[in-house]
Amino acid sequence: MVITPILISLKTASVAILFTFVIGTLLAYAINRAKNEQAKAIADAILTLPLVLPPTVAGFFMLYIFGVHRPLGSLLAGLGIKLVFSWQATVLAAVIISLPLMYRSARAAFDQVDPIYLEAARTIGLAESKIAYKILFPLAAPGLTSGGILSFSRGLGEFGATAMIAGNIAGVSRTMPLAIYSAVVGGRDEEAYGYVLILVIVSFLFVWGISIITEARSGRYRLKTRT
Amino acid sequence: MSLRVDIRKKYKGFALDAAFTSDDGTLALLGASGSGKSMTLKCIAGLISPDEGLITHDGRTLFDSAAKIDLRPQERSVGYLFQNYALFPNMTVRENITIAYRGKADCAAADVAALLARYGLAELAGRYPVQLSGGQQQRVALARIFACRPRALLLDEPFSALDTFLRENMQAELKRIIRDYSGTVVLVTHSRDEAYKIADRLVILDGGGPVAAGPVREVFARPGNIRAARITGCKNISAIEKTGERRFFAKDWGIELTAAGPVSETHTHAGIRAHDFKPALSAYPAEPGEPAGPARQEAESINAFAIEIADEIDGMFEKDIIFKTAAGAGEIWWIVDRNTDTKDIRALSIAPESILLLEA
Repeated sequence: MVITPILISLKTASVAILFTFVIGTLLAYAINRAKNEQAKAIADAILTLPLVLPPTVAGFFMLYIFGVHRPLGSLLAGLGIKLVFSWQATVLAAVIISLPLMYRSARAAFDQVDPIYLEAARTIGLAESKIAYKILFPLAAPGLTSGGILSFSRGLGEFGATAMIAGNIAGVSRTMPLAIYSAVVGGRDEEAYGYVLILVIVSFLFVWGISIITEARSGRYRLKTRT
Repeated sequence: MSLRVDIRKKYKGFALDAAFTSDDGTLALLGASGSGKSMTLKCIAGLISPDEGLITHDGRTLFDSAAKIDLRPQERSVGYLFQNYALFPNMTVRENITIAYRGKADCAAADVAALLARYGLAELAGRYPVQLSGGQQQRVALARIFACRPRALLLDEPFSALDTFLRENMQAELKRIIRDYSGTVVLVTHSRDEAYKIADRLVILDGGGPVAAGPVREVFARPGNIRAARITGCKNISAIEKTGERRFFAKDWGIELTAAGPVSETHTHAGIRAHDFKPALSAYPAEPGEPAGPARQEAESINAFAIEIADEIDGMFEKDIIFKTAAGAGEIWWIVDRNTDTKDIRALSIAPESILLLEA
């Protein structure tokens, strides 16, 4: 068993979550503020699509857009960026596939914030950007965090779209799920067990750790109730 | 200080059409839930945009559909006290006030400390809203509003979230705060007691529009129409038929009464407040040497009638007596001090000046 897939997976999931978190949160914020209900519904549908489509189909679309013979792909190639079958492609696949989870969690988190706090903030003269930063985001933090955890976990486990657009190149784009697949296909069961165990442990520790941190941060202004 | 509101707004089957002005002192918007009073207040603050109309305050146009002016809430300089205070739960008391502070940055700490002291919050500065009682939360909300120095103060049912004991204390406290404040104050309430205690002027809203307006005591004394009379707490209202210059027949009670002023064709109803009945003198044996003023005697001779008590409900300080007249079918409410002995009362009288002549 080689350690490279573990490192590639962690690196991919960590970089991907930065993009996913920021893009998903900002998209949700912008669309939550939009007035046109129909446009909101269409945006919701488009941004949810990667979640409902099989990842291989999402990967197929990405190949179609970023392939070196496609307009966008050749444009990037002209700039010296070859995306397909690179490590960057694993990040792209993880971001696209996990974005719906982040977006939907953030939308729900913003919807749950009582609009009366935002109204109060407006009447005391706070600028919209300050309201977002000081009031809306902190009050939505638990929902944003859980969206982040889901997205990270989804990115860590991403397989189908990664295989399509990043390939399965050992030492470059072979993430843990792909390494597990390769090990099983090659009849190296011991190696597969090892990766599976590590994937389970890493996922568990990460999700557990984040929950503890959020609980400690937001718990101070929430009333504890007996259940 | 003047506020002028003339707005229309349709929303989910509800139509608001409110027009009123307020020049000085505190204005109360009184109405039941669904009367449009909170919506009106939110339109003034800019939290809701009216469909059309005009809102001006102290010479500034806040909203004018004709001129396409609709200032954002941030630009209106209007403090809004929310029903549940809407303190930011993720901030301490001090942070809640500091974030609203408008003034020189180097004075911020001292000014906020002064506000904390003034509202009795110095000891609570580090607490979160969830750790405060309702009354404390209200004081923080007021301090936060005054930290941004608004030109108008809008109070949306400020006491509805407080229990009775605290409510009375906060009413007195708020009255003091308003007295020291130089801007416009608008109070929205469903409680006629609050409106009466706190406001100088009153607009009664019902079904999305004003039904009466004027100085508080005048509106309570002469509500003018049925809806305003009911909202100001008039319990007894009867359809009437004019029988003379100042006389009318109350159809629901089966008695003829005399009003203080002339009965006009537009007066279709009469109202009598439950507190205003007096036991008729003839119900008691005349005590020797007791002077009975001629005016009272005369009034009584025209407005006295025999009654039969149907029910009594004892309250803490008063009791509600439900009675019927000898001829009438409708029940009439009479509220008296709970120690009044009503056992032998067989007749009541009503002073002509206590009769409210009402239009439909």
